[in-house]
Amino acid sequence: MPSLKDLKNRIESVKNTRKITKAMQMVAAAKLRRAQEAAEAARPYADRMAAVMGGLTAAAAGSEGAPRLLAGTGADQRHLLVVLTSERGLAGGFNSSIVKLARQQAETLLAQGKEVAIVTVGKKAREQLRRDMGERFVHHVDMSEVKRVGYENAREIAQGILDRFDAGDFDVATLFYSRFESVISQVPTARQIIPAVIEEGDAAVSSLYDYEPGEEAILSELLPRSITTQVFAALLENAASEQGARMTAMDNATRNAGDMIDRLTTVYNRSRQAAITKELIEIISGAEAL
Amino acid sequence: MADTMQFDLVSPERSLVSVPVREVRLPGTDGDMTAMPGHAATIVTLRPGLVTVVDAQGNATEFAVTGGFAEINGESVSLLAERGHPRAEITQDVYNEMMRDAMRAHQTAETRRESLGDEVVAAAAKLLGDMEALGTHIGLDPNQATIPD
Repeated sequence: MPSLKDLKNRIESVKNTRKITKAMQMVAAAKLRRAQEAAEAARPYADRMAAVMGGLTAAAAGSEGAPRLLAGTGADQRHLLVVLTSERGLAGGFNSSIVKLARQQAETLLAQGKEVAIVTVGKKAREQLRRDMGERFVHHVDMSEVKRVGYENAREIAQGILDRFDAGDFDVATLFYSRFESVISQVPTARQIIPAVIEEGDAAVSSLYDYEPGEEAILSELLPRSITTQVFAALLENAASEQGARMTAMDNATRNAGDMIDRLTTVYNRSRQAAITKELIEIISGAEAL
Repeated sequence: MADTMQFDLVSPERSLVSVPVREVRLPGTDGDMTAMPGHAATIVTLRPGLVTVVDAQGNATEFAVTGGFAEINGESVSLLAERGHPRAEITQDVYNEMMRDAMRAHQTAETRRESLGDEVVAAAAKLLGDMEALGTHIGLDPNQATIPD
C-alpha cells in the first residue's frame, strides 16, 4: 500500500502529463489545419499534371521510343523503397504503420530473390528499419530542419531518386507514405513512381491536343516533374497524416490521464479515510481501556 | 465566341493567379506564342521568360516564369510553373536565386556529361541562356549571381 504522500505525488505527476498531452493535442490540431490547407493548395497543380500526364503516357506507352522513366528498364529485379516518415514520434501508429508496410514489401521482395535498396526520409523510418534492414540503406534525407514542407524538399528527394535511376541503380521505385483520409483515419500507402503507372482510359484526351514541341519531347520533360509532384503530394499527405495521428493519439492520452487521475484520487481518498478511521479507533480503544 | 477565357497560373505549392483574360502571350520552348479565346487545344512547354496576360480592358500584366508548361484550350489557359512571380516582385535578389538554380543545374549537367549525354548539357546551357536573357529583358543584372561553394 503506497503512502498518502506517494499517491499525492503520483496524482500531481499524471496531472502534469495530462497538461502536456492536452497542449500537444491543441498544437497538432492547429498544425493539422495548416497542413490540410497546404495539401488543398497544391491540388490544382497535381490534378492538372496528372491529367496531362495521363493523356501523354497512355498515348506513348505502346510506342517504341517511350522514355525509360515510363517504359522501365525492362526488368524488375532491383527495387528502391522510399520510406517517408516524420522526424518526431508520439503520433500513435503513424510511423510504425508506414514502416510496417515497407518492411512487409521488402520481405516479400527479398523472398522472391529480388534486390532491395532503401531510401529513408525522416528520422523515424531510419530508426525503426535500422536493425533488420540497415545494410540496405542507400540514402537518408534529414527533414529535422524543415519547418514546413515545400516543393524544394520534394525536388531534392525526387532528384536523388532520378540520379540513382539515371545511374542504373534500380529498376522500380516505390514511395511509402500515409494517405490522409480523416483525422481518425490515415492509410499507409505504397505507390510506384518509376516506371510511371499508366492510367487507363485517358488515351482519348491525348488526341485532343496539339503538342509543341512533339509529344515525346514534352513527355520526357514532364516525367521528372511528375515524379517530383508525386513526391511533393506524398510529403503533404504525410504531414497532414502525422498531425492527424498525433492529435488522435494525444486526445486518447489526455483521456487516459484523466481516468487515471480519477482512479488515483479515489484510492487517495480511501486511504486518507482509512488512516483517519484507524486513528479514531486507536483513540477510542485507548479511552475505553482506562 | 466569348471575349475572354480563364487564365490560371498554378505553382506546385498554390494557385497564384486565376483571372479572365483576353489574350496570353507565352514564351514557348520553340518560340513565343499568343493564345486567345478559341485557340486550338495545345500543350506547350515553356522556357524561362515573361508571360504577358491581357485582361478584358486591355491592361497587360507580366509574370516571370522559370519554365513549366501550359495547357491551352478554347476556354482556358492553365500555366503550370515551378516558379512564377509578377514582374514587379522580381527583385535582383529573387532573380539572383533563380539564376543560381539555373547555374547549378548547368554545372551538374556539365560535370556529368559522360553519363547524361550532350543533349542534357545543351538543354541546361540553353536554360541558363534563357534565364540571362530574361534578366536583361527586365533590367536586372545576370552577372551578380554566383554559385555558392
